[in-house]
Amino acid sequence: MENIYKPYLMRIEKVTEEAPGVLTFKLVFVDENEGRQFEFKAGQFGLYSVFGEGESTFCIASSPTRKGFIECTFRQIGRVTSALARCEEGDTIGFRGPYGNVFPIEDWKGKNLLFIAGGIALPPLRCVIWNALDTRENFKDVTIIYGARAVADLVYKRELEEWGKRPDLKLITTVDPGGETPDWKGQVGFVPTVLEKAAPASENTIALVCGPPIMIKLTLPVLAKLGFTPENIFSTLENRMKCGIGKCGRCNVGKLFVCKDGPVFTLAQLNSMPPEY
Amino acid sequence: MMDELRKKAKELLLAGAVKVVIGYGKGSGKKARPLFARRPEQADKLIFDGSCQQNLAVYLTKPELKALGRPAIVAALPAMRAILQLAMENQVAEGLLVVIGLSPEGKLIELPDFKAMEDYLAGAALELTAEQKAKLEKIEKMSPEERRQYWQDQFAKCIKCYACRAACPMCYCASCLVECNQPQWVPAPSHAIGNLQWHVIRAMHLAGRCVDCGDCERACPAGIPLSLLNQKLAAEVFKNFKARAGLSAKQEYALGVFKPEDKENFIK
Amino acid sequence: MSLDIKLLKKESLEQWFGKISASGRRILAPVERGGKVLFEEVSSPAEMAGDYIQTTLSAKSAVFPRCEELFGYALEGKEVKLEERKKEPQPTVVFGCRPCDAASFAILNSVFSWDCPDELFKQRLDKTAVVSISCKKSDQYCFCASVGGGPGDTKGSDVLLTELGSGDYLAEVITDKGKKLVALAPELFGAAPAEDKAKNLAKVPKEFDLKALSEKLGRLFDNNEFWLEQSLGCLGCGACAFACPACVCFDLQDEGNKKGGRRLRCWDSCGFALFTLHASGHNPRPAQSQRWRQRVMHKFGYLPDRLNYLGCVGCGRCSRLCPADMNLLEHLKEIMNRD
Repeated sequence: MENIYKPYLMRIEKVTEEAPGVLTFKLVFVDENEGRQFEFKAGQFGLYSVFGEGESTFCIASSPTRKGFIECTFRQIGRVTSALARCEEGDTIGFRGPYGNVFPIEDWKGKNLLFIAGGIALPPLRCVIWNALDTRENFKDVTIIYGARAVADLVYKRELEEWGKRPDLKLITTVDPGGETPDWKGQVGFVPTVLEKAAPASENTIALVCGPPIMIKLTLPVLAKLGFTPENIFSTLENRMKCGIGKCGRCNVGKLFVCKDGPVFTLAQLNSMPPEY
Repeated sequence: MMDELRKKAKELLLAGAVKVVIGYGKGSGKKARPLFARRPEQADKLIFDGSCQQNLAVYLTKPELKALGRPAIVAALPAMRAILQLAMENQVAEGLLVVIGLSPEGKLIELPDFKAMEDYLAGAALELTAEQKAKLEKIEKMSPEERRQYWQDQFAKCIKCYACRAACPMCYCASCLVECNQPQWVPAPSHAIGNLQWHVIRAMHLAGRCVDCGDCERACPAGIPLSLLNQKLAAEVFKNFKARAGLSAKQEYALGVFKPEDKENFIK
Repeated sequence: MSLDIKLLKKESLEQWFGKISASGRRILAPVERGGKVLFEEVSSPAEMAGDYIQTTLSAKSAVFPRCEELFGYALEGKEVKLEERKKEPQPTVVFGCRPCDAASFAILNSVFSWDCPDELFKQRLDKTAVVSISCKKSDQYCFCASVGGGPGDTKGSDVLLTELGSGDYLAEVITDKGKKLVALAPELFGAAPAEDKAKNLAKVPKEFDLKALSEKLGRLFDNNEFWLEQSLGCLGCGACAFACPACVCFDLQDEGNKKGGRRLRCWDSCGFALFTLHASGHNPRPAQSQRWRQRVMHKFGYLPDRLNYLGCVGCGRCSRLCPADMNLLEHLKEIMNRD
């Protein structure tokens, strides 16, 4: 009998501390066959569990172009994430997924991609970024604007360094005023301000925005000013989840489930949804 | 008598002395239901009769009600006790609410301050009725094994809806113990051990605080005789500390105070 | 499915129960317990509650238990072993529920079977037969007729019994499952009398039109004052959701120790403040009025929109047992009275 609540067993291969309280896990499937067969698309998420504590929802932060493992990044904040933070390399955790809808990357061939992220919200976009970079020839200009409150809060620091060195993408990193360190070489300013200054072209461009609600609230008007239409702005929603498959009834925003109709939504969709998230 | 009540409520609303009058209105069939009169003409719908059992003090600590502004509350005896107990626990303050007292017959009682309530309650009969005493005695006569079986059978019906908690004026904690998940002190699902834990812990948290309004038992959809637990513990607190809940806005909480004369010597 | 109509004498119930029990099926029926009427396992119709319009809690725990093990896990050092539920659910007959209850199983199924089918639920549903008893009486809380049902409706029943003037039952054998139950004691089922079923049914008026309700709901979402006014009395417990035969929201909880444990599914309610609370402290529905709105919108708007099933069978349980007398039918009529 197929049990949709039974998770894959995953071994933690690597734990990376991205920022204070923020960890990335590299997970491999305990059953190698499952690992070989596992497929997902950018945007999808999973429920990661510590047996005995419960499950928590994070996006799959690694790219679907890389097989045999998945990565997730999370902040320690509640019961399950605290239990995850206590795990060590070699421990076994559970993973259910991939769930949710996807970023329609195939539709974006030949377009420019603009990624705007803040703080802990880079992980959902990191999946798309690597997916795009692994198929770089499909896209024209790739721009990443990423900011955090302080230098220590920036996640994926090694990758930011890597991305900064690549000639085929433009990376702008920034920290909030007061968050810079003496040797900080990036910009200083809030993400919406930095975005306005950078003024990327909106023509033939898809914008992906992920960040804390306040950042999104202030970024959207800037994007509108730059000429982006709601259909071309993509974001992800997060809501409390338990089943992840549209049954437990708690992640709904109006008649849409974040776990089934999301987590990827265009701004046009968000504008038509009730403000219950 | 209802005219007097309605007149008083209307006066308070018209004068702007209160923003809402929490009282009873006609409910489904023969039931009453809580009425929240915010406009003077709504006061005409206030009633008070034998169907008005709910302890309305439960609404004094609800955020949605507090947001409406200064309340007046129609209070029969159990609600009066609840208000004094809430005052003792710093959940309501004198002067920030108006209490419209009602005798069991529905006669208006002037209660300008908490002292007036204390005086009224000093003359009230607070002993359990003969019927209530008989129910307690029936359990007390059981052997420990019989009692365990009795309560196991009762708690097996519990569905963990928390109606008992929601209806109780003394269960006002913004973050209830069962909602803590680090650690998960009380299991969330409805199963034998979890149900037992929930009811025993709640009874302990109410020991010396419960004003015996019976709303928990009335609210329970599974028909569990919850009052027995609270009444038993109230009797124990009275036996050991001569204290009863809800008789004064300033009394000490018997289970929260240590005195040099206490018979236990772990604190010495 | 051809409809068989038979006569089942009242005194034959005892024997039928006996044959059903002997076949390895458990029988859940309404039993009077502490002033309430609850579904419990019985072996004889004599244990059943006498005069009841409706039970206090529904029979949904037959297919959707209050607490259900999804799987077990064993912890061995850094390794984990998962263990499937070993025991198959026992075949069950829900006996003596009402036509509204019978219709509710399809609603539960719509949620559990859509998209990725829940096999645990399906196993229980497949092994559950529903023998309903038509309603001779109704009360002011009933509104089955307004939500596509009725006091003698056959939808969802495997066998529907209607008590006739003689005290015997008209037995409508509706499905194959029902036929199998009758086949356990075919001698008990005689030729049906010519009596009209309808004259033995309660009269339940139709109180509102569903299409009009849905239309008005669509325009009411942003009216915060309306939802506040309706929900000021609501105490935020889960009694309505847990008693409701069509409510299916659930929670997942792990319980165990250093050696292992189980992952459980248990009932939950959108009325609880914690239901949508994020670990960060953010809550999309922080006020009870928003949670009350969710309950109504979900049952009468979102669910029918999404899965083509109304989330309510008009049984009235929520209203009968609400400690604050929140009367759903009244609230729906208030909505209908708005422009």
